[in-house]
Formats: sequence, C-alpha cells, structure tokens
Amino acid sequence: MDVWKSIKIKRSLRQIHTERFFKTSLVLIALSILVLVVAFMFTLILQSMPSLKAFGASFLFGKTWDPVHNIYGTYPFLLGTLLTSFLALIISIPFSFAVAIFLGEYYPRGWFSEFLKNSIELIAAVPSVIYGFWGLFVLVPMVRSLEIKLGVMPYGIGIFTSALILAIMIIPYAASLGREMIRMVPSSLKEAAYSLGATRYEIIRSVILPYSKSGLLAGVLLSLGRALGETMAVTMVIGNTSLIPKSIFDPGNTMASVIANEFTEAASTLYLSSLIELGLVLFLVTVVINLIGKKIIKRFTTD
Amino acid sequence: MKIKSKIKNVFLAVLVLAFAGSITTGCNGGSGNNTGSDSTSTSKSGDDETLLGAGSTFIYPLFSKQFSVYNQLTGLKINYQSIGSGGGILQLTNKTVDFGDSDAPLTEEQAQKMGVPVLHIPMCSGAVVISYNLPEVKDTVKLTPDVIADIFLGKITKWDDAKIIAVNPGVKLPATSIVVAHRSDGSGTTNIFTDYLSKVNDEWQSKVGKGTSVNWPAGLGGKGNEGVSGLIKQTPGGIGYIELAYAIQNKMAYAKIQNKSGNYITPNIASTSAASNVQLPADSKIFLGNTDAAEGYPISGFTWALIYQEQNYNNRSRDRAQNLLKLFWWNINDGQQYCEGLHYAPLSPAAVTVAEAILKSATYDGKPIL
Repeated sequence: MDVWKSIKIKRSLRQIHTERFFKTSLVLIALSILVLVVAFMFTLILQSMPSLKAFGASFLFGKTWDPVHNIYGTYPFLLGTLLTSFLALIISIPFSFAVAIFLGEYYPRGWFSEFLKNSIELIAAVPSVIYGFWGLFVLVPMVRSLEIKLGVMPYGIGIFTSALILAIMIIPYAASLGREMIRMVPSSLKEAAYSLGATRYEIIRSVILPYSKSGLLAGVLLSLGRALGETMAVTMVIGNTSLIPKSIFDPGNTMASVIANEFTEAASTLYLSSLIELGLVLFLVTVVINLIGKKIIKRFTTD
Repeated sequence: MKIKSKIKNVFLAVLVLAFAGSITTGCNGGSGNNTGSDSTSTSKSGDDETLLGAGSTFIYPLFSKQFSVYNQLTGLKINYQSIGSGGGILQLTNKTVDFGDSDAPLTEEQAQKMGVPVLHIPMCSGAVVISYNLPEVKDTVKLTPDVIADIFLGKITKWDDAKIIAVNPGVKLPATSIVVAHRSDGSGTTNIFTDYLSKVNDEWQSKVGKGTSVNWPAGLGGKGNEGVSGLIKQTPGGIGYIELAYAIQNKMAYAKIQNKSGNYITPNIASTSAASNVQLPADSKIFLGNTDAAEGYPISGFTWALIYQEQNYNNRSRDRAQNLLKLFWWNINDGQQYCEGLHYAPLSPAAVTVAEAILKSATYDGKPIL
C-alpha cells in the first residue's frame, strides 16, 4: 500500500471536487437514515412516557389488557407474537430450503428455473390483506374441519391458522437469499468433491450447505423479521382475544394486530400511550432478535 | 490514527443524536400547540357553501343519502369522512371540521380537551342485535338479560344449557358449544352493548364494565361489524352482537330480547324508535340501554352530531354557522324520512323535541342563530 503513497497522480480540481462531493453526499444520506431510526425510537419512548410511568416493568408481564379499568399488560400479545412467528418459521424452513437447493443446485438456469423463481417472488409481492382474505375464506374452514376431527373447539381461527398463513408469506425471503448463496458456492469445491466420488446428495450435505450456512441463516433471519411485524394477514385470522392461548389451536393476539385494531378509537391518554409502548416493545423485540440472529450468523460464517 | 477515528466516531454519533432529538421534539412541540390556533381552520376552507364533517362509520350511509338530497335542495355541499367516532372527536377538537359525529357522548377527558361547551344533537338511533348461527333451530331464540350476560362472560358454554332452555320452552336446542364473537376494534356498537350489559348484570358491571373497547372474558374478536358477522356465519353455534342493518342485509337470525318491562321484543325499526320515546335529558346525553319504554328494544343507542355551542371561533362567518344549523334542523325533521330505507330507526317525537331545543341553543357571538 505504501507504493501507492509515493506515486503522485495528477488530478484536476474538478475531479477532486466531484470525488469529495460524492463522498459527502453518500455519508449524509446514510446518516439521515440513521437519524430517522433514532428519532423514531425517541418518539416512541417519548409518547409512551405516561404508560411507562404508570406501569414500569410490570407492563411486560401483566396478563390483563383492560381499557375500561385502564390496566394494560403485554404478556399475552408478546406470547402470541413469538408463538406465531416462530411456529411460522419452523413450518416454512423446510420449504424455503428445499426451494433454495432446488433452484440453486439442480436447476440454476433454464425456463423452469425462471418460472419457479418468479412464482416464489410473486408470493412475496401479493399484499398481505389478500392473504388475510384467502385465509379467512379458504384456510379457516379447512382448519375448522381438522379441529373437528381432532376433537378440539372448532374455532377455525387461531394461532395455528395464522402461523400457516405467515409461513406461506415468509417462504420467499429465505428461498431467494438461500438460492443466491447456494449458487455462489465455487464450482472448484464441488468438482473436487465429485472427483473424490461423492454423490449429489453428499455434495449438498457436505460441501454446499456448510459453505452457505451463514447466507441461509441470514435468509431465515429475514423471514423471521417479516413474520414478527406482519399485521393485516394475522389480525384477520388470529381470533383477537387477550386470553393466554393454552394450545396452538386456541385464539390469541399479536402486538401488531392489537395496535392496528385499537389505535383509531383509543380515547384516553393512558390507553394511547400504552398502545405506543406496545409498539416500542415490538420494536425492541425485533432489534433483540436481529442482534441474536447476527451473532449466530457470525459464529457460522466461514472465511 | 486510532484516536483520531475514535473522536470522529463520537462526533458523528453526537451529531446523529442531536438531529434525531431535534426532529422528535420539534414534531411533538408543534402538535402540542395545535389546538386553538389551527392554520387549517375551517373558515379558510373554500366558501361557506361547503361544510366539513368527520366521525362515526355507523351513520355514514344515512349521512351520504341525506347530504346528497340536501345538496339538491339547497346547493350546500357537505364533505363527511367516516374515520370513526374517536377520529371525529379529535378533528373537532383541532377545529379542522365543522361538525363531528359520535356513537357515544364525549367522555370527561374529551370534553376537557375541547375546553368549550359542545352540543350533542341526536341524528337517529340504531339497534344492536344478538345474532346466532343455529341452522337447525327454526324458531327465533328468546334471550333474557342474565342469559346474555352469562353467555358473554363465558359461564354458559353450550346451547342446550338449562338456563337457555328455560327461556325457550318447546324449542329444540342442539348440544353445540357456544362460540362468542365480539369486536376486536374500538367501536360505538361495543359501547352500546356493554353499557346495556352493565345496566342489567352486576357481575358484568364489576368484572368488565363498559367502553368502546373492553377486556372480553370469552370469545373471538372480529374487525368491524363485517368481521363479527363473518365469524358468526362461519362458526356453527356462534353468537355475537352486530348492528341491525348488517343482520338484515346478511339475512342472519337474531334473538328476541326481554326488555325492562318483561316483554320479548324483536329488534326492528319500530321497536328501536320506541326505545328513544322516553323522558330524555335536556342535553340528550343518554345511553338508551335497558330503556323504560314498554315496547322498546333494550339494546339501542343514539348517534350524535357534535358542534361547538359558540359558533364564532377561528373567524367562522355567521353564514357558515347558519348553514350548519339549518342542515341539522333539516336532518332531524325532513331528513328522517330516509332512515327506514337504510335500516336506521328515526328519532322518536320526544327525541326530535329535545334535538330542536338543543339546536336553538347554539349561538353566534352570544346570540342564538336559529
């Protein structure tokens, strides 16, 4: 690097100014996003002050959400959010990984690959309200008949149904990212394994997956983030009750769904500020899960 | 080099925080001072031939019809945004609309934020029916207040419970589980229903109470009247509360409820109007649940238009105030003929008298307008 320092390159003033201007504007734009996020968090904290003062830490563990007596607690909604998101993740992972391997390894090129890739991305493009409608009119009766067979209360809507819909919605995120990561595995590695007599399955298991582990996990984290924040589709099929669900077929509620439902008619200051504090909790939960996810990815990153 | 980059990082971090802080407090300070000296005041919004209103979604179909007819009669244009009662009250507090509409009278906190007296003018009334999904049962199910409260408290869980059978002699009720459906969003319909339950059942009053949004002890939540209707229709054994108009339009079965006088009343236009034909307070702020009227349906309520009593604020012209009051005068008299076609209950004679008196008390610079 010191070699470059001793070479004097002649640059015109215009070039120098352009260079500096470009760098400054990039830095400013990037900083403005940061400013926005920090301001966002400040606003949330500021607006939820009344509720923070009234409840403190018991807000996170309180089991009652009572607008009449002004007692608010997030525990049922926190549970509902985490339950639906993680259940959806567990259901969707086999599908997204299968699609990623299929498109990345077996059919990386060709008309079929393009067609499948576009269909998967179409799943991500459909508005979530439509998923909610589809869930309400198609999935709910199917889950209801399943529940009748299993002998539980035939609600039809509940944690299980919303986890199913969320799973469908989040498949594209892990699948697309996973596909890109799998395609980036160097052919030399694969060919070396082939030359040693490995079968296709053994290549996938011992060469491709370990190599693209961090990328696949990043895709999973993206899916989880999407599932945590999804509002419209979930609020239509989750049952909207503030009782704690005892089984996955019970109705529940998520934090995003409560905010969406009750925000417009929240009359009293404490009610409104509790809803905003709910948003703050959701924000923090997302941040914490992202940090944990990043740590896990770092552990698995191969250099 | 390392120390220099550390200082640079700290400097950048402080800069970011400072900007973020200034944006946050700037927005907050601005919105805090908004009430009273609003720059988007109604007097500047075009001419006095266009009025602005916002509020309840319940009354929106009726207002649409009435305002279009009134426009043909007088040329006055009215722009109404159905953003919900809470939204309407907020807009009226910020003085961005001429009138609001709410399914419940102002709470103390809301009245305090307004600061000045606000008139409540009843526009019409609506009934909240208890709809159920029992395709095998051909007769109309009868319910008493205590049975309804026990069902919604989660104490009665099957349709063939002894208490329900006692009220419906001769009706074959199936052994299906009861699935309760309620509103998941804040709503005037919930307010009317929970007010009724609080009046007729002590356990409900102490355990749950009344409000636009309550802590439901049992059941599933649906968004809007459509959500609850959907839940009832799709779930065998479902029961829930929805507005009469929805039940009629979706051809759903609804129950006969026993009122205060002991009669089982079928919810319809006539019985809902009869419910408001009682002694009303002068400011018309009353919940009609469990009405004293002998033939009145017990679960109903008014919807009120809200205007400031003193109409000279934010440089409003006298003409504008006059147009507003004439509009509502027409609404409560000639405009009532459009209620029945849209499944709303017209105001009873007692209610019209009270409403007219309230309108006459609106002032401009202290002098009555009408």
